[in-house]
Amino acid sequence: MTNYSDLTTREAFGRVLTKLAATDNRIIVLDADVSRSTMTKYFAQAFPDRFIECGLAEQNMISIAAGLASCGKIPVASTFAVFASSRCFDQVRMCIAQPHSNVKVVATHGGITVGEDGSSHQAIEDISLYCSLPHFNVVVPSDAIETVEVIKTAIATEGPFYVRLGRSKTPVLYPNGCSFKLGRADRLRDGEDCTIIAAGIMVSMAVQAADFLSKSGVRCRVLNMSTLKPIDQKSILDAASDTGAIITAEEHLLHGGLGSMVAQIISCNNPVPLSSLGINDTYCKSGKPEELLEMQGLTAGDIEEAVKAVIVRKKVR
Amino acid sequence: MTDNNINNLENTARKLRRDVISMISKAGSGHPGGSLSAADIVTALYFSVMRHDPKKPHWPDRDRFILSKGHAAPILYAALAECGYFPLEWLDTLRKAGTCLQGHTDSTLTPGVDVSAGSLGQGLSVGIGMALAAKLDRKDYHIYVLLGDGECDEGQVWEAAMFAPNYKLDNLTAIVDYNGLQLDGTTKDIMNLEPFANKWRSFNWEVMEIDGHDIAQIIDALNKAKKVTAHPVVIVAHTVKGKGVSFMENNVDFHGKAPNKAETELALKELA
Repeated sequence: MTNYSDLTTREAFGRVLTKLAATDNRIIVLDADVSRSTMTKYFAQAFPDRFIECGLAEQNMISIAAGLASCGKIPVASTFAVFASSRCFDQVRMCIAQPHSNVKVVATHGGITVGEDGSSHQAIEDISLYCSLPHFNVVVPSDAIETVEVIKTAIATEGPFYVRLGRSKTPVLYPNGCSFKLGRADRLRDGEDCTIIAAGIMVSMAVQAADFLSKSGVRCRVLNMSTLKPIDQKSILDAASDTGAIITAEEHLLHGGLGSMVAQIISCNNPVPLSSLGINDTYCKSGKPEELLEMQGLTAGDIEEAVKAVIVRKKVR
Repeated sequence: MTDNNINNLENTARKLRRDVISMISKAGSGHPGGSLSAADIVTALYFSVMRHDPKKPHWPDRDRFILSKGHAAPILYAALAECGYFPLEWLDTLRKAGTCLQGHTDSTLTPGVDVSAGSLGQGLSVGIGMALAAKLDRKDYHIYVLLGDGECDEGQVWEAAMFAPNYKLDNLTAIVDYNGLQLDGTTKDIMNLEPFANKWRSFNWEVMEIDGHDIAQIIDALNKAKKVTAHPVVIVAHTVKGKGVSFMENNVDFHGKAPNKAETELALKELA
């Protein structure tokens, strides 16, 4: 029995994929010369005949995956998030999104926490790009345990998926297992003063911030919005009406990401005070992941400050 | 293949060319030049070479055809209608709101169309995916991909060209409709492809060069291609853009322009 909780999300992906493939020979894995980093190497070792090395040719890889899907296979195409999104976006659009092909794009090294490699390797537009595609399922798991459930769901659910994973280890949020449901936010904390909606690595920071704030009597609801598309509109609107203020936190550009989507939903329905934390119209630099998060204002401390400020706006309304 | 059979196929190709002219004329827009240059190739595939059943468009063992040059959709629609995948009357609805026959192929709407195309350079890669699936399932269906020459400007074509021989995909045949013209001018002027056949050879493809309007030659090449083992085959089919309509032949203006009423009548008379 694999203990996933000690793993990075990409390591958990590689392991669970190999496990699922043992009982489902429709699963085919494609990689673009980064299997030792995406961790599809485990699948390649276990099922060499069903592992398709595409070399450094992401456009070709995506279209090949679509051809496999049209013949009843469940292709999982994997590379770094920055290449899985912008490098082959037209192929994803034409071959996967438009025909609603059953391809699973699982990207690792998402966001700025890829760190030292610098801006060329930091995917900060991927969520926005994939969420713009009609009927594409887009999921950003928060930890290794949730990753396992997300991968199981993606394989079992007909239709296109983009799953964004990270490079570094994330704190465990679900030590006792996770009941991930596609399109459903998970409420990790409850409170009436404000809601923090977060995705990916920002979820654990949101929980940290909420726990710290509760000591000074500020009670926050925390939603893990792991599914970005289809987004859980009901949970967002419940948060707006129950708590009257919302903070969003994401490791992504503010434009077109979680913050934009939440803003769109509440502004059309119940425009409560909102403040969004993310990357503000810029590319980042090389550095340690934690240094970069600090530079971009993406720490638990930044979330706490944002909560306090949004609660003030709520009162003057 | 008897002379009589070839004669029948030539008649079919002429009928499909008439359908192309009529449907683009009624639509008021579309791509006649590249549809006419591909007419004999498409006829040979659908009416002689390919294993397919219009009553069962999703038959798992069918040969696959991918029109990578998706703008030539009218010739594919004409062939599919003539085969019986859908009623001939549908051809009159080309490009009109609510139609199943989109300006460029759409696999979600048209029976017999396996791949949506229109953004060039992607079909060969999709064909590779199908060929890999056939190998994995130990099935003997064959995959045919029709590319345009101008389309070969796209880098992805060469990613696919590098991939297929590495995986020894001998169940994949690419056919290039080498009509020498693209939207802005001749392929020679816009982006010279030569030495074209040698490019494919150097990528480890088995290469055949044929007259893409000689149906007997086309069928012969396609049948030979199916027998080649351990290598994918590319058939460089030398064609004439606008073939069959004198004023469209080698005329870049008819890459993406519908004929007017007088031109339509003249074209149909020439193709009678």
